[in-house]
Formats: sequence, structure tokens, C-alpha cells
Amino acid sequence: MKPELRLRITAVLETVSDPEIPVLSVLDLGIVREIGGSDSEPEITITPTYSGCPAMDTIEADIRSALLEAGFDRVSIKTVLEPAWTTDWMSEAGRQKLEAYGIAPPSGSSSDKRSLFGKAPEVRCPRCKSLHTLRLSAFGSTPCKALYRCEDCLEPFDSFKCI
Amino acid sequence: MDFSPEPRVQHLLHLGDNALILGQKLSEWCGHGPVLEQDIAIINTALDHLGQARMLLQHAAKHMSDEWDEDRLAFFRTERQFYNFLMLELPNGDWAKTLLRQFLFDTYNFLQYEWMLESSDPGLKAIAGKAIKEIGYHVQYSAEWVIRLGDGTEESHLRSQNALDELWPYIGEFFESDGFSEIASAQSTAPLPESLRSPWFEKVDEVLSEAGLKAPELGRFRSGGRRGMHTEHMGYILADMQYLPRLYPQAKW
Repeated sequence: MKPELRLRITAVLETVSDPEIPVLSVLDLGIVREIGGSDSEPEITITPTYSGCPAMDTIEADIRSALLEAGFDRVSIKTVLEPAWTTDWMSEAGRQKLEAYGIAPPSGSSSDKRSLFGKAPEVRCPRCKSLHTLRLSAFGSTPCKALYRCEDCLEPFDSFKCI
Repeated sequence: MDFSPEPRVQHLLHLGDNALILGQKLSEWCGHGPVLEQDIAIINTALDHLGQARMLLQHAAKHMSDEWDEDRLAFFRTERQFYNFLMLELPNGDWAKTLLRQFLFDTYNFLQYEWMLESSDPGLKAIAGKAIKEIGYHVQYSAEWVIRLGDGTEESHLRSQNALDELWPYIGEFFESDGFSEIASAQSTAPLPESLRSPWFEKVDEVLSEAGLKAPELGRFRSGGRRGMHTEHMGYILADMQYLPRLYPQAKW
């Protein structure tokens, strides 16, 4: 594939956002694994965040229609499971956008979550930046988030799970 | 439709059916959780199971005749063609029973998927890599609840102990080998069920003792899920789950 074509596709993908977290593009989220295929039929490889993530089908349709609109008539989209997505793949820009949006970004690395009683990671309040926060529930409004409350400013907030 | 899956496919269906039936049962909690946060939590867990079921049934369908796909496997098989564990089809009962069942099964599930991270079946290995992270999260959650309720009030302790007594005869099946699990293990796609017994008891004993719960003796146990021999509850689950696609087979979501 020609480098300028890849750049054009990348620019289009920048505009495709996660339907549940509209401030993040699919690139910020780290679910686009590869931009390949041929010049006449590019192939975008994506990977799901959670096995049951209901947004995946929408994301695939959104990528397809964004590329169609940008003039790519033939596009194929492939889903791969391996290597499994981890929050480590979320871009630094993505983490900053999340925090500005009011969702605490995943903290720490995802590689140390194997024990029965994993020690809870430090989560920073996206509003007042206090580390004095409390996990209210291990699960939140979408499969990828948990519910927290700040003990200083008392605001509840979502935190992106670190997996 | 011709349904004659070879042993390794039966094993994939067994894994997929465990996830599908448990996901379906947990969905019944939607709107009925004890508080909003726990309602959301249990439904998120149901969603993880349904997602895993989709991946497993898609993978199984690849090795079957063309007429089968994930939806047909979920909605057009009959009771005897499902291979899930019996414990997972039991009524949810109260919160203590639901979470205790989660804990007993999550612990088993964690151990078997951890093993399958090195499965000789590349598709199953990829699914395991995805699922293990979710299952790790599930087992933390259910273990916390078992301890909280077992070591809680007199009432919550009593209900937890009753649930444990009721569910215990169904754990024997976890470690029982059948034709297809022996073949899957001989082909290194999955662990031999018996090999999970001692690590399972080690983890479960630790949590039960912290919860102040006492496991009964494991004498005679209920089994048959892996052979498609189900309890009286299974038919109701399928009737509920399969009604719509069977009535309107061409319906689109």
C-alpha cells in the first residue's frame, strides 16, 4: 500500500469514535491493529476490547461508512482476537482525552491482574485530581468501566478498567 | 439438520454452552439486582459470558457443516444437543446462591482457561487469551461476595450455607472425564478435567474458610451435562431463549 494512502486512511480513522465514549477515536482506543490490504481494497484489522462489547458491530459499521464516504469504495474489515486487546494499547492522547472527559484513564499496566484478590490500583479523580478515591462497584455503565467516588470533591466518576 | 459433531467440536460446544446458558440465567437478574450497582455488575458479567459464547460457538461452527452458525447453534439445537454443566442451568435462587454458583464455576473456569492459554488449537488459544482477563475479574467479584455474605449477618450466613449445600452435589461433574474431554486433552486442546480438581479445591477451600462456610462431603453427585442429559430446568430455559427465532426464523435484529 502506498504510504500516502495509508495516511489518508489513518486520517479517516481518526474521525471514527467509540459510540459509548465519543471523545475517543478507534485509534486512541488501540483497537485498530493493522491497515493493510491493497490500494484498490484496503483491509482494516480490528480487535474487540471485551468479548461481549456490544459496540463492536457499530464500530465496524462506522469504520466502513467513514471510509466509503471518503471515497474508498471497497473496504474489508477483519476482526482478530489475538493478541488480546489490553488497556496498554490506549494512546497517551487517548488517556488525556478520557480524563478531560471525566473518565479516569486505566492506571498502571494490565499485566499484573492474575491473582484472586488483585490489589486495587490507584485511581485519580478526573475532576480534582485527588488520589483519595473509593471504588463503589467493580462494574460500571459499560463493560470497560468501574464506578468510583472521590472522597475529596465527593463526585462519583467512571474509571476505565485496567485489563 | 445433521448434527454429529466430532469430539473436539463437542468440547467447543461444551465451553460455548456453559457460557451461553450461564449468560442467559444471569440475564434474569436484569432489573432485579439488590441495588443498582450490583444489578449492573451481574448484567455486565452476563454480557461477558454471552460474548464468550459467541466466540466459542463461531469457532465450533467453523468445524461443522455449512448450515450451522453461531445463531443456529444457540437457537436451533434441542436439549440433548447442549453440553453445559447442570449447575449452570439451575434456578438463580437468591443473591447468595447466584454468587456462590458464580464463585464455584468462575474458579473452575479460570483454571481451565488459564490452561487453554497454551491450547494446541490456535482459535481456542486466542479466545482463552481474551476470556481469561474477564474471568479473572469475575472470580474476584464473586469471591468477595461469598466472603461478605458468608461472614455477614446470621441470615446471610444461613442462606449462603444452604446455597452451598444445595450446589455442592453439582461440582463432581466439573472433574469428570467423558469421551470428548479425554480426546480434547489427548490432543492438548484442553486440560483433563481431573487435573483441575486439586487447584480448584485449594482456591475454593481458602475462600470458604474465610467466609466461615463449610463444604459438605462430596458423595454421590449429579452429572450428565457433558452428555446432553439435563435437569428439568433446561427445557424452560430453551423455551424462553429459543421462542422468538423459532417462531420467526427469518427475523433480523
